[in-house]
Amino acid sequence: MNGVEGYIYPNEITLYWSVLIVLYPYITGLVAGAFILASLVRVFNVKAVAPAYRLALLTALAFLLVAPLPLQLHLGHPERSPEMYFTPHATSAMAMFGFVYLWYLMAVLVFEIWLDYRRDIVLLSQSTTGWKRLLYRIMTLGSDNISPRSLVIDHKVGWIVTLVGIPSAFILHGYVGFIFGSLKANPWWNSPLMPVVFIFSAMVSGIAAVLLLYMGITKWRKMPIDMPCVDTTAMYLFYIFILDFSLEMLDLIHRVYEADESFRTLNFMVHTKLYFSQIVLQMCIGTLVPILLLGIVQVTKLPALIRKRIYVVAGCLVQVGVFAMRWNVVIGGQLFSKSFLGYTTYKMGLVSREGLLMAIFLTILPLGILWVLMKLLPPWPEKQHVPLPAATPAH
Amino acid sequence: MNLDRRHFLVMLPAAAIAWKYVLAGTPEASPNYTMTDHWWSMLIDIPKCIGCGNCVRACAAENDVPEGHFRTWVERYLVTDWHMESPEVISPDGGKEGFPAAAEEANGKYFFVPKLCNHCTNSPCTQVCPVGATFITPDGVVLVDQTYCLGCAYCVQACPYGCRYIHPEKKVADKCTLCYHRITKGLTTACCENCPTGARQLVDLKDPSDPIHAFLKTHYVQVLKPQMATGAKVFYNELDGSVR
Amino acid sequence: MSLTKDAGHLFRFAFLFVVAFAVFLVVRHFVVPKSFGEYGHYRGAAIGEIAARPLHYAGHETCETCHADILQMKKAGKHAGVNCEACHGPLANHAGDPSIQPAKLDTAVLCIRCHAASAAKPKNFPQVDADQHSGGIACETCHQPHSPAIQSGGTK
Repeated sequence: MNGVEGYIYPNEITLYWSVLIVLYPYITGLVAGAFILASLVRVFNVKAVAPAYRLALLTALAFLLVAPLPLQLHLGHPERSPEMYFTPHATSAMAMFGFVYLWYLMAVLVFEIWLDYRRDIVLLSQSTTGWKRLLYRIMTLGSDNISPRSLVIDHKVGWIVTLVGIPSAFILHGYVGFIFGSLKANPWWNSPLMPVVFIFSAMVSGIAAVLLLYMGITKWRKMPIDMPCVDTTAMYLFYIFILDFSLEMLDLIHRVYEADESFRTLNFMVHTKLYFSQIVLQMCIGTLVPILLLGIVQVTKLPALIRKRIYVVAGCLVQVGVFAMRWNVVIGGQLFSKSFLGYTTYKMGLVSREGLLMAIFLTILPLGILWVLMKLLPPWPEKQHVPLPAATPAH
Repeated sequence: MNLDRRHFLVMLPAAAIAWKYVLAGTPEASPNYTMTDHWWSMLIDIPKCIGCGNCVRACAAENDVPEGHFRTWVERYLVTDWHMESPEVISPDGGKEGFPAAAEEANGKYFFVPKLCNHCTNSPCTQVCPVGATFITPDGVVLVDQTYCLGCAYCVQACPYGCRYIHPEKKVADKCTLCYHRITKGLTTACCENCPTGARQLVDLKDPSDPIHAFLKTHYVQVLKPQMATGAKVFYNELDGSVR
Repeated sequence: MSLTKDAGHLFRFAFLFVVAFAVFLVVRHFVVPKSFGEYGHYRGAAIGEIAARPLHYAGHETCETCHADILQMKKAGKHAGVNCEACHGPLANHAGDPSIQPAKLDTAVLCIRCHAASAAKPKNFPQVDADQHSGGIACETCHQPHSPAIQSGGTK
């Protein structure tokens, strides 16, 4: 009955962190990863990735705007969430969310995008008409100074913002890992490696997402895919993936070797309730296969068409793997009893506030936002050198 | 009998006044109660527990505990021989209606373990609350401000003992208050009041005349999951090592 | 200065931040409950509100102010430590208004809750297999609940 096996404390039957809390670290992970890819161009001077730079920034923004929604929706009292800003509890990792989020959104992403697009915004505010003109005029903040000197200043400040943005992206996602890793009550979560593993898997998922988006959108625009760009991105994806995999294995080996009081229970869970999502999806399909695919590209000389197909397959598998990892952490951590004597079952709703449909909607929503952002702020440089009067933005 | 009746009639107004006094006001309003004079906790005397479920029912009636959730519950352990790592534990409906009769186990022992919030001094649940909606009072009781709680359930995840839940209607964290509305009026908790064998006793560690001090001097007690270092204040007399 | 002129837009952006922060501080001043932080990082008034929740169990001291006769009877017997409401149920409403009559109790249910035989109960606790013990005769036929030992007086 109730999907309970063995003995669990009577209050443990219900899982209070649902699929939306799975989605939340997944989405923030995409943000952090996309931003790190952008910083490769800006701070580490990886010129090859430049074609995807602006797309990476807009992707990060689109997902960041959605990131608080799953949290908000899972709260028992969403209307009270401003309390997080008004009376943040200093000892709570979760209380830092509001501030880290706002900092990252406003001081890093929006500021950097604004600096990068300022010249375009000013030009667009002069070439467009109607509500668009008004919108762009607001975005200029009333300053149409695009003198070479001001753009040089923007560039320098933008570099500093990106530099600050890298640790900020790490903090944004690292603290999500800390929320789980710092709970001593839950041995499945409790690990100092948790924030690190979260950051690296975030980079993997975010870079793969931008790679997929870049290839998809470029194909849709019927433009040639910039092969050095995708090759370089895939190379970074491969190396960071190796690091991520090593860290996850380190965590696993440590747990198996240490075999503390919770080991028997967790081991049994991984071999039963979590077998499909942990062993099959996360480890095999979502990690080993894409690493192998990306590795083959690194050591062989395959034609461009094959490489592109491999990137698409690997990119999709990475998303499956990282989502499964978030699932296994969040849901897995609530399936076993803290008495280590039994298990419960997660029953996902379909149309409820925290159900499957809402989760799907929240996954698609950032793509819609990205589409709007790309309409407003075209990320493709070749289109902007000709600011025609009454120009319709790219495609 | 006549005398008793007269006695009853004489006593009635006095009782009503006493009762009004009991019902009166907040701890701040009550001159007899100073928060800093108390440090509340509980003693559970395992050999005395008969698993009747009176405490669970009393708690539910006193605190309007929602069906299927528990501020206190009773577990029945069966440990066979030396197999301390795999006890057989049951708690049907939290022990609310007692336990099924058990047959003699030749090679094992049975015992009951009442559970409740440990009102930890270094409570992991209050530590993680993002807004300060749960806290430990100056008299040592971990409470939830249900008008301020977001219902994020982080505290539920952080409690090692499974003592918290999200109230299905109020959508906020809910838990044992150690009957704060009773103990601040000089009463004991509903569970202690209704325990027929005295297996549960409210204790005030700051009160030098509390029998707990004599008890601790002569008994070997334990708290649950001491490795969690939560500063748990619910002391268990003769707690078996298999209990988790 | 040309620097301030060419970096002017940055100051505009920064100004937005300052305004937003100022608005935040003002709103915060009005929104945070007055008693927040009185004792710690929480709403101090919550303690009083929780302490003022209604009682359902009056407590045996309250019962005994009127029912001293029962107290006398109980004191001598085995049930001395069993408080009134453990069997009679929550009676705060009766304590506040004695005209509210508590429900009659069914000993067939009540006694067995504690005294049904089970190997899980402490060995020194009196327990019976109800069917064998009385063959269906009501418990209070022999045992006075307030003083259950038979020699202290059954009703028949």
